[in-house]
Amino acid sequence: MSLWSYTYEAIINRRNRPVANCRSPLHLSLSLWLVGGLAAAAVLLPILYLLVRAAGADQGTWALIFQPATLSTLGRTLSLALTVSLASAIIALPLAWLTTRTDLPFGKLWFILGTLPLVIPSYVGAYLMVASLGPRGMLSQLLNSLLGISHLPAIYGFTGAAYVLTLLSYPYTLLSLRAALLGMDPALEEAARSLGQNRWRTFWRITLPQLRPALAMGSLLIILYVLRDFGAVSIMRYNTFTRVIYLQYSAAFDRASAAALSLVLVSLTVSLLIIEQWLRGRARFHASAASARRTPPRITLGTWRWPALFFCAGVVTMGLLIPAAVLVHWLVRGLQAGERLLPVWESTGNSLSASLLAAAATLVVGIPVAYLGVRHPGRASRALESLTHTAYALPGIVIALALVFFTTNFALPLYQTLPVLVLAYTILFLSQATSSQRTALLQVPPGIEEAARSLGRTPRQVLTSITLPLIRPGLLTGFGLVFLTAMKELPATLILSPLGFKTLAVQVWSAVSEAFFAQAAFPALILIVASSIPMAVLVIQEHR
Amino acid sequence: MNYRQSALECVQLSKTFAEVQALRSFNLQVQQGEILSLIGPSGCGKTTLLRLIAGFDCPQAGEIRLQGKIVVSDANFVPPEKRGVGMVFQDYALFPHLNIGANIAFGLDRLSKEQRTARSAEMLDMVGLAGYEKRLPHELSGGERQRVALARALAPAPVVLLMDEPFSNLDADRRLQMRSEVRHILKRTGITCVFVTHDQEEALFMGDRLAVLNQGQLEQVGTPEQVFQEPSSQFVAEFMGQTDFVPGIITPAGIATEIGLLNQPVSLPPGSLVEVAVRADDVIFQLDPTGNAQVEERLYRGATSLYTLRLPSGRIVHSLQAHTHQVSPGSRVQVLAEPGHALAHFSTQNQSAPEARAVPL
Repeated sequence: MSLWSYTYEAIINRRNRPVANCRSPLHLSLSLWLVGGLAAAAVLLPILYLLVRAAGADQGTWALIFQPATLSTLGRTLSLALTVSLASAIIALPLAWLTTRTDLPFGKLWFILGTLPLVIPSYVGAYLMVASLGPRGMLSQLLNSLLGISHLPAIYGFTGAAYVLTLLSYPYTLLSLRAALLGMDPALEEAARSLGQNRWRTFWRITLPQLRPALAMGSLLIILYVLRDFGAVSIMRYNTFTRVIYLQYSAAFDRASAAALSLVLVSLTVSLLIIEQWLRGRARFHASAASARRTPPRITLGTWRWPALFFCAGVVTMGLLIPAAVLVHWLVRGLQAGERLLPVWESTGNSLSASLLAAAATLVVGIPVAYLGVRHPGRASRALESLTHTAYALPGIVIALALVFFTTNFALPLYQTLPVLVLAYTILFLSQATSSQRTALLQVPPGIEEAARSLGRTPRQVLTSITLPLIRPGLLTGFGLVFLTAMKELPATLILSPLGFKTLAVQVWSAVSEAFFAQAAFPALILIVASSIPMAVLVIQEHR
Repeated sequence: MNYRQSALECVQLSKTFAEVQALRSFNLQVQQGEILSLIGPSGCGKTTLLRLIAGFDCPQAGEIRLQGKIVVSDANFVPPEKRGVGMVFQDYALFPHLNIGANIAFGLDRLSKEQRTARSAEMLDMVGLAGYEKRLPHELSGGERQRVALARALAPAPVVLLMDEPFSNLDADRRLQMRSEVRHILKRTGITCVFVTHDQEEALFMGDRLAVLNQGQLEQVGTPEQVFQEPSSQFVAEFMGQTDFVPGIITPAGIATEIGLLNQPVSLPPGSLVEVAVRADDVIFQLDPTGNAQVEERLYRGATSLYTLRLPSGRIVHSLQAHTHQVSPGSRVQVLAEPGHALAHFSTQNQSAPEARAVPL
């Protein structure tokens, strides 16, 4: 999820596609298109599933969609998403401005610390929140032992979910605002000043309007994040679509209902994606054509630095320090109490094997998609790429349900087997692999491949001896990103895992569901470490 | 011209950026209604000076006065919005989210809505873009953006207008046309203007006076004719136009050089060694098998040809000749200086002679 920015890079790159060079001969093309077609088919599965559901709907499904309960779920989901994106903007705007435009002490450090909550998977964040403030959590135990207070106001529901999700997702807005602030032509603000506007009015009339596309983009990413999120809302017991769908499926065994709700959720996601594309186009429209970039002079905060520092420290404490402290606390308690570590190793092994298989699958399937997109640009290859990107935005729970539907109806022996779980991961994360492969491919000039052809190599030899070795860094990045994202995945894993196949994510989730906080600490730590690695990869790539 | 009062005065300005001294004890006066071209190589401090005048940066020492009023000194700092200094930016800096009318009206807060609309229409009319109010900046061409930027800066009737290489983003044809249009508009409004450029031709054309900057210091200020014909230093002579240097020695009769005796007034005692600044139009030559120079190269330019000539000392001089005068490279020729005016010359006493060089054209 922290990889959205990565995907976007690829979407932007798509605009600068090189002119198509001479087409490869038929047999190579055919095998590439074959694999690409298979990828497309896999990605189309969930969409097909929803269409089948909707088309074959008896009166019941439509009634399900339009019942008042759906409407209230919609209301709950949207109000959570909007609250989280608004609260994130309120946190991110001052943070981004202070760290880019002022002489705030340790500005860069505050910014880096401010983005770190992105590495915490939502269910881990929610777990740490419950484990610190919830019933039987740290605060409650402390108060109970000190003051005998045994009853605390409940943190579950809207407030808890909004709090956790805001602290986990505001970095999206922070990142996009920072990029916008750094990319803005400083002459715009100077022009406003020279036309008689003071600093405050310049901010409102010039800076903020320039930031509007970035704010919208960050907010949209956050809304998508909240719509897809399953872990945090489930632990916080707040009924958004993903949780209701899961409850319908797992508790009520009502698949028709679950599918109907999925359809609503997917329509919501897809319309947001369309809005996002449109906004992106407009943002480009707005960008000024400044050629000479300079950094604007930093604003001196003076005594304002103290409230500014207080604000930054507050955000970092809430989003990072408290979760880290809580994690360490329960880890230590678990170790002291002699918690069994053995199951952690087993589930780590399961997580590793499923994620490695998924990474390998996306690597193999991704190459044709990326290659066709870069070297054979056209309607078909573009459609292929768009499909993989769309699948990335689909909630994992929907893809899981689609695969349950297909296996139970057409391939019962495959139901709840490792291959299907890997297939789900592949569909979900294919675009991460193709994006990094694509970026790498764009850096290989077609002339090199043509030179190899003119020296007597066949197209297939060129691919294996020239192209693939050259894009190896991109292949590795894609592999790594998919692997680490798959490690964290929760909803599809819950639904599709073979019986008795526990992964780290599932282990955290079930331990927290029963308030065994110490048991959850160790797998949660491994997951945070796993999520930090793609973040580090991204940061290193950006600053290379 | 009849100047009343200094519109802009810089006194002993100094500004250092991280060890680089951008301006050192810099003094400058600009008269009311005057266009001053500020020219110098990149990094000479000209953009820094503009930013200090506008108030985007603060000098470490010195004082700036606008119409006699101190806007920055050790004790004072007037923020940019209170200075009444208009600025045209290199990239125009039009507000991309506002239409052209709103861009121009941006600095007119004090006026009523009707007055703002009227003023912005008047300004658009002045720059030849009447009726463009509803367009957005990205819909305009480079030249049109340039005019809007000028109209926006002039709309609030600033005390001084600053222009930072305003034509550098236009292509060559457009640049010539915009130059004369802008000069015309500036003269019509009677505004005081400081115009920064690194293009000497542009500086000569735009400025009532020229100020040549080098390494944060003023090398020379004067009318375009003075600066071009009587450069006060070797740097100015070199910077202001394809200039070659020929060694010479002062004699009672003038300056003796390998391209002839220059019979002209001199400022140094006889016997002094000098470098004489020679431009391509100061030099003539004719075919002569026993001549003192060799034709190295001939650049055909249509109406004229530019010859590169190598002198016995190894020095290079250039000569501009009508296209009727054709001599092939390799020929021996006799070179003579025939400037028709006194040539600038600089003492080389206590310093090594500059190396022979071909001035890039």
